[in-house]
Amino acid sequence: MIEKKNRKGAYTALLAAALVLLAVIVLENVSTFLPKEMVPGVLRPTSQLFSVLKKGAVYSLAAVSMNLLNGFTGLFSLGQAGFMLLGAYTYAIFTVPAAGKDAVYYLFGGSAIKFSFQDIFGALFGTGGAGGAVSLVLGVLTAIILAGCVAALAACLIGLPVLRLKGDYLAIATLGFAEIIRAVFQWQALGPITNGANMIQGFPTFSSFNITGADGKVAFRLSTFVPFLVAIVCITVIVMLINSSYGRAFKAIREDEIAAEAMGINLARHKLLSFCISAFFAGVSGALFAMFVNNAQAKVYTTTMTYEILLIVVIGGIGSISGSIIATFLYVACSEWWLRFLDETMTIGTFQVPFLRAGFRMVVFSIVIMIVVLFFRRGIMGDKELPDLWKKRPRKAGKEGAQ
Amino acid sequence: MKKFLAFALSASLMLGALAGCSSGTPASSGTGNPGSAPTPAASGGKVIKIGVFEPMSGDSASGGKKETLGMQFANAETPTVEVGGETYTVELVISDNGSTTDKAPSAAANLVAQDVALVLGSYGSGVSMAASDTFKEAGVAAMGVTCTNPNVTAGNDHYFRICFLDNFQAQVLASFAMEEFDAKVAYCLGEAGNEYDQGLIAFFEQCFDGRVIKDTFPTNNSDFNSYLNKAKAEGADIIFTPVSIAYATQIISQASSLGITAPILGSDTLDDNMVLDAAKGTDIQLYVSTFYQEGGAPQFDEGIKNYINSNSVAKDSNGGNDTIAAVTAMGYDAYYVALEAIKAAGSADPADIKAALGGVTYDGVSGSIAFDSVGDAVRDTAYIKHSTNDGAWELATVQTAK
Amino acid sequence: MEFIISIFLSGISVGGQYALIAIGYTMVYGILRLINFAHGDVFMVAGLAGIYLTAALPLYLSLPLVLVLTVALGFCIERAAYKPLRSAPRMSVMISAIGVSYLIQNTATYITGGQPMTYPTIPFLSDTVTIAGTPTKWVTILTPFLVLALVLALQQLINRTKVGMAMRAVAKDFETSQLMGIKINSVISATFIIGSALAAIGSMLYFTNFPAITPTAGALPGLRAFVAAVFGGIGSVPGAVVGGFLIGICENIVKGTDFTVFSDAFTFAILILVLLFKPTGLFGEKITDKV
Repeated sequence: MIEKKNRKGAYTALLAAALVLLAVIVLENVSTFLPKEMVPGVLRPTSQLFSVLKKGAVYSLAAVSMNLLNGFTGLFSLGQAGFMLLGAYTYAIFTVPAAGKDAVYYLFGGSAIKFSFQDIFGALFGTGGAGGAVSLVLGVLTAIILAGCVAALAACLIGLPVLRLKGDYLAIATLGFAEIIRAVFQWQALGPITNGANMIQGFPTFSSFNITGADGKVAFRLSTFVPFLVAIVCITVIVMLINSSYGRAFKAIREDEIAAEAMGINLARHKLLSFCISAFFAGVSGALFAMFVNNAQAKVYTTTMTYEILLIVVIGGIGSISGSIIATFLYVACSEWWLRFLDETMTIGTFQVPFLRAGFRMVVFSIVIMIVVLFFRRGIMGDKELPDLWKKRPRKAGKEGAQ
Repeated sequence: MKKFLAFALSASLMLGALAGCSSGTPASSGTGNPGSAPTPAASGGKVIKIGVFEPMSGDSASGGKKETLGMQFANAETPTVEVGGETYTVELVISDNGSTTDKAPSAAANLVAQDVALVLGSYGSGVSMAASDTFKEAGVAAMGVTCTNPNVTAGNDHYFRICFLDNFQAQVLASFAMEEFDAKVAYCLGEAGNEYDQGLIAFFEQCFDGRVIKDTFPTNNSDFNSYLNKAKAEGADIIFTPVSIAYATQIISQASSLGITAPILGSDTLDDNMVLDAAKGTDIQLYVSTFYQEGGAPQFDEGIKNYINSNSVAKDSNGGNDTIAAVTAMGYDAYYVALEAIKAAGSADPADIKAALGGVTYDGVSGSIAFDSVGDAVRDTAYIKHSTNDGAWELATVQTAK
Repeated sequence: MEFIISIFLSGISVGGQYALIAIGYTMVYGILRLINFAHGDVFMVAGLAGIYLTAALPLYLSLPLVLVLTVALGFCIERAAYKPLRSAPRMSVMISAIGVSYLIQNTATYITGGQPMTYPTIPFLSDTVTIAGTPTKWVTILTPFLVLALVLALQQLINRTKVGMAMRAVAKDFETSQLMGIKINSVISATFIIGSALAAIGSMLYFTNFPAITPTAGALPGLRAFVAAVFGGIGSVPGAVVGGFLIGICENIVKGTDFTVFSDAFTFAILILVLLFKPTGLFGEKITDKV
């Protein structure tokens, strides 16, 4: 019975994911197929909407991966930014085309890593036309997976000693590791690999996936579709993991470590597993983040970033995947788009609206966050998922009707 | 009840997204208009928008605000431009990039979403590079004002700049150190992970003939005592600190209380009245390289001083007094170069302006401006200024490239 | 030699200032099991208040007023952001702390316009003195003594007075002490008041030494002080003080070497090592799991 229900749920979820992807493609390409006058401003390729959607997709993967660790396994870790940094740099280092390396690493006389994945695949499949597209996709995919693997490997090394710590001590130790990783990447002595303080740029980004026609104009846009696709695939894997026996073991550890151990769950192994998997997806989201901001620079991946993602996880509801996703999009849209008008002075007639000047957006935004935190203390979704809401509501209505 | 609330909130995401879709355009065009709302009505409504991509918060806020001030003053002075026989009102659209590279792409997207004709900015190089692709995709030209890192303009055809480059600046400072102070040992201090600081230090090391000691401090650091004592213990002849303003004020005041006598050399970021304030009343010898020296264009000096003094917001942006920062002069010039480009293009279309920008020449208050094939300004002059330690700069020397 | 002395001088001085902030972290954690992320920002606000008040008032009025304002801020933060969440999951309270920290930093950015502000010079404290050939400020010399005096007074308060006894009881067992008739809320408020007052004093010392204040000026000292608190064993006041001095000295030693980029990383590395061998810090009580 449970099996059957799960399968039905899985189909619904897959359908929903496919619908979202389809919607993104359509939304994105309205401007390519309709004449310019008919496209509403918000759907033009330059609109903030797509910027928000891309960042939202990237951050939702980061939030879900953090939720896996903090929400489902109950391990309080603050190393997210460090793992994202590893992912971003791994991706960037291995995808800057060999031809562009000298310009990017100009302070260090070129890079120590002389190849890029697209070049390798390009040698196999050719660089022009369809071959070029295949080698781009394969190269980027390999780099993204490698980014995840590097982060997971680092997590494994860090986790072995650190996961023995409990609660807040674990949090502070992982935070420390994130800071150490950042310092290593800022070290000028490693410049030929990490480009020191300079940012690495010139690697394929989301817009590299747009299909350009013969006239050099974009014929079909995929730049928002790509982050959505990667994020949805990764989140699906995480959901499958949570619904597996491993996921149940994680939840048991969260509820009560001692009871879980008594039931025969290998604590150390499962904690490490959860830590590494979370780091893997954090690494992937780091790679996506690098693609979103078009560069990789260690300075960005600070504790503030970790706090930001933790904030999203808690606002969405600790232990709710759909909550994390919804919260991410709300958070990103509010901070980057909907509230932006608060930063600019506005005059209605002759009346100048008070308080509006640079910086006010962030003040309002933090007040909104405080209100959410104080009045929705279990987050938007609590530990429920979106389908739970669909299921429970009609039944409740039926009950009320019967009375 | 709880469940209902949760449901309502998640539903509000959908609604919010829809509402955002439908109201996005009017809201942004109605509000993206800093303080120039009354003017468009005056000239019949033909408006051309120039994006201002500057840090209004974060580390470089101080510099970004001063640079924007120059543009605003220029805009107040010349609020219209002739395009193909028609008069357009120029509207500045300001977007805050928060001095960080992760916020820069969305800030840039905010500008292109409002259909700006071209973009001016930014103050710093990192944000400019991070936003570069957003402008490129939108087909909008960008003109860096004081972003001095070589990689801003390298390898693209849409980013231009009107300032000199870091390698030139470092070369100027290194030769100044060697000629003026006969320096053999240089102590370089920069922020860890900041491409501006580290880039300048690396170029400085290449040009400096002698021993170079390099140190970095973590972001948000405020304790520089140990670094400065180290410079002293190592017998540094000069201290080179191409850091942002907040750090520079700390370094100068701490150097003064430690009794550091070695001259402190700074880059264009240090040309700021807050740094002057920190040096005021101390025995520090402070030299900075910069784009403009007050007195270079008396008419501009007088105009901007009036503008600053007559406007409390502007005065706040300038740090509470009317000392003219070089970045303000650069912002002023950038605006006029932009107008020249619009005139040269003879159209309000971003693509035409982008094509015309490379060929523009202009005699600005900071010198004459022309672009080379990469999109960099052809500049061979840097001013080196010296703090008199009573709150003013004094021209030390004018260096030209060798 | 002079260089070594100067390193230790600045290490001890900055360590003392970290210790004052760390006490605030450690006391709150001891009682509420909450990492009060906003504490570093309270410290920064105390600095800003110092700037704005001394601009308007003479020093002998403004400094006590800074103290009062900071204490009021600490008290209000607890009442507004932490008290309503007392029964909520621990993660929510922590997020509330992060939210408050966000709010304070953003408000400070809004008010100052993101420009660095300069802290006023306090007579005598800002004057220069030369010790063994190393010039330094008086505040450097005075900080360790002042910190020790304050900590001794605090220890007396905790060990000898009724409030102190209540604090210890609440730290030991939250619920039982409630049953024993201790007014939990006033004890918690008292903790926040003490923590904020020490942060205000810390800010006067710290910003006299390092006079530029930006909205993020509290973040780094806050983080280091927090590390100091964990290092010494979170929940223990003497531990926080020892931790503060150790972190301050360590950091300055690394700054004296060629690996300055690792000055924070090194601090964290030591912290992680300490935690691995003594999982509750140097002076922390051993936790036993109750099944």
